[in-house]
This record gives sequence, C-alpha cells and structure tokens, in this order.
Amino acid sequence: MDSIALPAGAQAETSDPAAAARRSEAFAGWRLAGPAVAFLVLLILLPTIAVIALSLTDFELGYDGIRFVGLDNYLELLEDRTFLIALGNTLTYTLVVTPLSVFLGLGAALLIEAEVRGRALFRTIYFLPVVSLLVAMATVWQYLLHPTIGPVNALLRLIGIAGPNWLGGSDTVLLSLALIGVWQAVGFNMVLFLAGLTAIPRELYAAAEVDRAAAAWDRFWLVTWPMLGPTTLFVVTISVINSVKVFETVSTLTQGGPNRASEVLLWTIYQEGFVYLRVGYASAMTVVFLATLMALMVLQYRALDRRVHYT
Amino acid sequence: MTTQAWKIARALRLAILSAGALVFLAPYAWMLSTAMKPREEIFSSSLALIPERWAAVENFSKAFTRVPMLQLLMNGVIVCTVILVVQVLVALPCAYALAKLRFPGARALIAAIMLGLLVPIHATALPIYVALSGAGVLNTYFALAAPFLISVFAIFLFLQFFRAMPDDLINAARLDGMSELGIVLRVIVPNAWPAITAFSIFSVVAHWNDLFWPQIVVTETAMAPPPLGLIFFRAAEAGDDYGALMAATVVVTVPLLAAFLLAQRRFIEGITLSGLKG
Repeated sequence: MDSIALPAGAQAETSDPAAAARRSEAFAGWRLAGPAVAFLVLLILLPTIAVIALSLTDFELGYDGIRFVGLDNYLELLEDRTFLIALGNTLTYTLVVTPLSVFLGLGAALLIEAEVRGRALFRTIYFLPVVSLLVAMATVWQYLLHPTIGPVNALLRLIGIAGPNWLGGSDTVLLSLALIGVWQAVGFNMVLFLAGLTAIPRELYAAAEVDRAAAAWDRFWLVTWPMLGPTTLFVVTISVINSVKVFETVSTLTQGGPNRASEVLLWTIYQEGFVYLRVGYASAMTVVFLATLMALMVLQYRALDRRVHYT
Repeated sequence: MTTQAWKIARALRLAILSAGALVFLAPYAWMLSTAMKPREEIFSSSLALIPERWAAVENFSKAFTRVPMLQLLMNGVIVCTVILVVQVLVALPCAYALAKLRFPGARALIAAIMLGLLVPIHATALPIYVALSGAGVLNTYFALAAPFLISVFAIFLFLQFFRAMPDDLINAARLDGMSELGIVLRVIVPNAWPAITAFSIFSVVAHWNDLFWPQIVVTETAMAPPPLGLIFFRAAEAGDDYGALMAATVVVTVPLLAAFLLAQRRFIEGITLSGLKG
C-alpha cells in the first residue's frame, strides 16, 4: 500500500521533484484504475468486438468448423420471416407501451403533485410494480387474464361481455403483454415526472396567474408543459429503450406464441443463439439490436444534456 | 376559483387517483388471495377475495417443497452480493483515480467508459456464453456473476460524485502521509455513502429481478436465482396449480417489496438512477 504513496512536498529528494511526483501520481492512477481497465477490456470491449466478428461467420456451438461468410447472415435476416415478425411485434409493442406509460405517468405525477394529503401513499402504490419481480408479477397477470377462471373475465361476465382469451389468442396476446408492460412502467415514469415538476420555479405559476391564466388547464399549457419538455423527451426515450428490451414477460408467459404472435427481438435472439446455438446468425441479430439501441441511447443522452442545461 | 369549484376538483382528483391505485394494487390482492385459496375455489372463478376454506399452509408448503425455495433465495442473495461487492470494489478506486489523479490515458479511459454505457448485457451475452461454455463453468455462481463484475455505470456515477468533492480533503490526507489507496478507503468511501447506497439499491434490484442472463447459463434448479426458479416451478407444475404458484410468487416478491417499503426514498432514488443508464 505504501509503495503508491505520493511524496507530500517536503520529503521529495530527487533532482527534479516535480517530475518524480508526476511519475508517481501516474503510477498510482494506473494501479487504482487497473482492475477496472482489465474487466472493461475482458467483459465489454472484447465481447463487443467478438459479437461483430462472429456475425460474419457461420459459427455454431458444438460444431468445430468456423467459416467467414461475409454479410451472408445479414442478407439471410432480410428474408427470415421469424426475425421480421419479431421486428414488427417489437415495434408494435413499443408503440403501445411508450405513449400509454408516458401519458399515464405524467397524469399520475400531475395529480399527485397537486394533492397535499396522501401524496406519499399514492406514490408508493404506483411505484410498487417497478420493484416487484417481473417474472412473478407476470405469473399473477396470467392468472388474472386466464380466459375461464381469471378475475378479469369474471368481471367482464358480470357486465355481460364475453372476455377474450387474452394471452392465448394471437389477436390479443401482444396487447395483453403491452398492458402488463404499461402497468410495470407507469410508476417509473411518474417518479421522473415528479422530479421534473419540482424543478419548475413557483414564480412562473404566479406570473401566469397575473397574466390571467387562471384555469389550471391554461397554466398547464402555459407553464408546466413547456418547462417539462426536456423531462418528457427524456422519459419517452427511456420508455422506448425499455420497451425494445421486452423479454421477461414473453419468456415467462407466451414464449413467442401463439403462432409467433408475440415473437419479439430479444426472444428470437435468445432462441437462435442459446437454444439452437446458431451463434454466428444470432450475432448478426444482436448487432442489429445493438445498433438500434445505440441510436436510441444517443438520442437519450441528447435529451439528458438538454435537461441539464435547461434548469 | 371559488371554494366550491376547488372542492369538486379535489374530489375528482382523489377519485381518479384512488381508482388508479385500485388497478395497481389488484394484482397484489389477487396474488395474496389466491395463495390462500384451495384448488376448487380457484377454479370456481368466484370474485371473492377471502377464501371460504383457508389453504395457505398447503400452498406454501408446496412452494417450499416442489422446488428448493430456500436454495433459490440463497442463490439470489449470493449472486447479488458477489456482483455488488466486486462492482463497488473495482469502481471506487478507478473513479477516484479518474476524478482526482492525473495520469496518461485517463481521458481515453473516460471515453471508453462512456461508450461502455451504451453496451447492454444482451450484446455481449453470446461471446461470454461461448467462453463460459468452453471453460465448462456453466451452472455455477461464477457464470451467473461474471458479465456483471464490472459496472461502467458505477464508475460513471462515482466519478460524477468524486469530482464534486473538495481537493483540500485529499491534500490534507496526503500531507499526513496516507497512500492513495488509503485515501480511497479512509477519506473517499466514508464521504461517498450516499452514492454507494443509491448504486447498491440499483444493482441489487436489477440483478435480483434479472431473468435473461440466468436463463442462458443455468439449467439446474439448484443453481437458479429466484426468477429462473419460478420458471422451473411453473414448468414442473404445468403452470396449473395456481394456489402453489401464487404462494411461490409471494415468497420471491416479498423480500424486495419489504425492503422498498422500509426505505422508499432511497429505493426511488436508486432505481431512477437507471434513467441515466437506460
């Protein structure tokens, strides 16, 4: 431990104490950062390069041969019906979950912010799904949505509607998964919006009132909405990213079925790569997935940046 | 606005919030209720939440005997602990060096860390899986923890935090003849608890709930963390014995929920951190 002690001024004895101190500081820096650098290379840098390299081969786990096939895997993707369906389903899922969870999160935040009593209680309740084990709660939802014994359809029967086979029908399965996704994401978005709301200066509301924006509705459009802009952008991008990563509910409840109606990107990659062990081909899918995600995250950083400079 | 209108608005607001709260709480109510009900009552599809005959003992004992439930919980605790401890031990010194020391390559390292933030486990899973499989260490705690031993997010977070720390504190420690590692342990860590706590909650929640990676490297029930164990349980029960299944979901969901209810503010802080990460 003492070997990396820095000379504290007086005790330096070399001819050029400043240079010696710099060397010693550089040495200490590398020793402290060393383990992180090693792990970073081993667990992130090399695997990322490897997945790109593997996507250009026909490697399959369990077979010895590995051959460079250029962009063949990517060309195959373009005609792979399962992959295209997965892409489409992931898009649909995202287009349902993002607007609903953002809108409901904002709504909950606004109502909770305006309410004095019970604020903490409501926040807790809406946040519960975020900390609950999703695999477990998906199982609960499966029971709730069970076509014959599930309470949801039992309630619908009470008002004379024959409920659908939510997770079992190819028309309703994606919608059902999306509703579970919304239930899970609203609390998270709500908390981000609450933080955004607290950052709005009170004087702006007072000023708006002077400007005769007396109704809550007018004040919302005049002050809250524009001031929340950066937060909203940020919440939207996070919601999109999380939706694109949907996996747990599909893996637990539907396994891509029925009839591939809930086949989503990560599930397809999981099947190809870790069940059928077609590593080369699954790597190509992964690269497409990663590229999509990176584009979205760059967008998110931009949003974050704007949020920081805004207030 | 008149007080009359004000009162109506407030009643409306409370009504909407309460209705929403009911929808959010419903799954938990049914989870608990079903875990207490015998099979016949579950299949009678009555809407009653209180069971006519209590079957909690039956359901919970199935949950604990059909799968090694305690072992599953233990696996989850061990894996989450190993991951968290290594992540923090690796990230703290690195973040300190980047924030307070000048050394060649520091800028490049920060750039690499920012890029690393963009790479999720789903991208690196295939090569890491091939390597672990080649080494013959699938179905081990090591395989479960391996990809998460470094958290670039932890480094990023601590780096932000340390930059804001005053240099005087560190210079004083240096004048006292403390080594750089000593400074990290005795000056930085005690001052960094808020950041460490927030990150710990973030990390534990993420890995306790993770299914993707465990489903890849573990095929034996004895090594499964809770989410994967639940999947095995479903398969073993043909997903039909809802009473036992709900009892099992109660058991694996309660630990984190209880922790959340006890330390809400910290949990919300820790989890919303992931907003920075995506």
